[in-house]
Amino acid sequence: MIELEHVYKRFEQKDFPVEALRDVTLRVGKGEVYGVVGPSGAGKSTLIRCVNLLERPDQGRVVVDSLELTALSADALAKARRQMGMIFQHFNLLSSRTALANVALPLEIEGMEAKAREAKAREMLDLVGLTDKADSYPAQLSGGQKQRVGIARALATHPKILLSDEATSALDPQSTQSILVLLKQLNEELGLTILLITHQMEVVKQVCDHVALLESGYCVEQGAITDLIADPNSRLSRAFFPRIQEQTPQPGAVSAIITFLGKAADEPVLATLVRSYNVDVNILGGSIQTVAGKRIGQLQVELAGEQTAQALEHLRQLGLRVEVSA
Amino acid sequence: MNWEIWIPRLLKEFGVTLYMVGVSTALTIMLGLPLGIWLNLTSSKGLSPQPTLYKTLSVIINIGRSLPFIILLVAILPLTRFIVGTTIGATAAIPPLTLAAIPFFARVVETALNEVDRGLLEAIQSMGGNLKHAVFKVLLPEAMPSLIAGIALTIISLIGYSAMAGAIGGGGLGDLAIRYGYQRSETLVMLITVILLVVVVQGIQSLGTNLARKASKR
Repeated sequence: MIELEHVYKRFEQKDFPVEALRDVTLRVGKGEVYGVVGPSGAGKSTLIRCVNLLERPDQGRVVVDSLELTALSADALAKARRQMGMIFQHFNLLSSRTALANVALPLEIEGMEAKAREAKAREMLDLVGLTDKADSYPAQLSGGQKQRVGIARALATHPKILLSDEATSALDPQSTQSILVLLKQLNEELGLTILLITHQMEVVKQVCDHVALLESGYCVEQGAITDLIADPNSRLSRAFFPRIQEQTPQPGAVSAIITFLGKAADEPVLATLVRSYNVDVNILGGSIQTVAGKRIGQLQVELAGEQTAQALEHLRQLGLRVEVSA
Repeated sequence: MNWEIWIPRLLKEFGVTLYMVGVSTALTIMLGLPLGIWLNLTSSKGLSPQPTLYKTLSVIINIGRSLPFIILLVAILPLTRFIVGTTIGATAAIPPLTLAAIPFFARVVETALNEVDRGLLEAIQSMGGNLKHAVFKVLLPEAMPSLIAGIALTIISLIGYSAMAGAIGGGGLGDLAIRYGYQRSETLVMLITVILLVVVVQGIQSLGTNLARKASKR
């Protein structure tokens, strides 16, 4: 649905140029919720602006829905942009227009006639749960409500893609929750493809199925979240699971961190271990997280016994991720 | 002081001031608004940056703004004759008044548009809007409160300039104050005209402020 191929972008500043994107290649499939994370200044904003060419890459191709945007004329590009809605950290609603008129704006640009426009805009406000705020001005709305208007506006022309630029970063935790739930719902019900950038790992955990890590303009890691979590070397995976405090194991014991993924998460793994391998298991710490709609647990344990090595191998064969600390 | 002569006279000159200022304000907005928009769009942070064009326009505008009005008034007499067919009277004061106010108003417009949040322009572009949409659906409506305040400011400057229109027989309240009040030392006439001018300026300022507040939905 969205393909960025070898995209480079640098900004000339007074003293030194800033390399915002360096050879970034990214593929977002239809219906995916793709998150791009990274520290501030990593190039996330530039990346998302390269998708609808608010920023034009210096090099590389941008292809959206099989249309090469980087090769289009200004008019054709404007038309192609109507296939992509965008929401912003600071909402970017026109203060001079009511919520309804804000939602109607993209329809005006599209050339829809006034009556149909109003009906459509009302329908969109219904969709985001703001039926009764149609005549309110942005200044009269809360942050969460403003973002809902932003979403209604972005989706008014029925785009296939939603670009979300830190859409929840300026919101309180409760509004963030409700916006994320709404995004997920839109993704599931309308089959909307969502590319979002955020610095909040929570957002990725909650709504994304794919994720990329951007650092100093480089795309350091990317892939399906379920794959990344299973990969002990993945930095994103480590970011998902804040490290449990390392404990020095008792003499003769082995300390291990076990991550429960997939089917094995539902099985009484530790009990089996104790019974079949005759090891002592001492639990040092643990946590459960919901990532991409799946519950994932992590335990730090100490194992002691003659068959410890076999026991650990058994866990690996069950598909659990096992990291042994020396 | 003979009120039967002075009241109709004051009213007539008041009308002349309204005529000169009214017409030149309308023309100033018609010509200065597009110029201000153009400045905003072509500036380095505008939607269509054209540094050379912007600098050229900018220099011309600065020259226009630095000329003292009385000099401009005389300097463009040939142009005035060409446009309105005469170089004396209230009508002849309109071209120089307009020409003096355009650069001022254009800067007012440019500044007002610069204050519109750049994020809103990103938003309209992301919707597939073009330059025309950006100007008419975002820049002008969002800057409306500042534009209204700027128009009030321009009208008040024009009232000030119009006092000098007497130099070419333009008449008006300001001219009355200068000729009778200052040159002939008729203090009462001067006082009355000045009070009238103060009232008009105050009225326009509060009207502008009120309209601007009403236009602002922030």
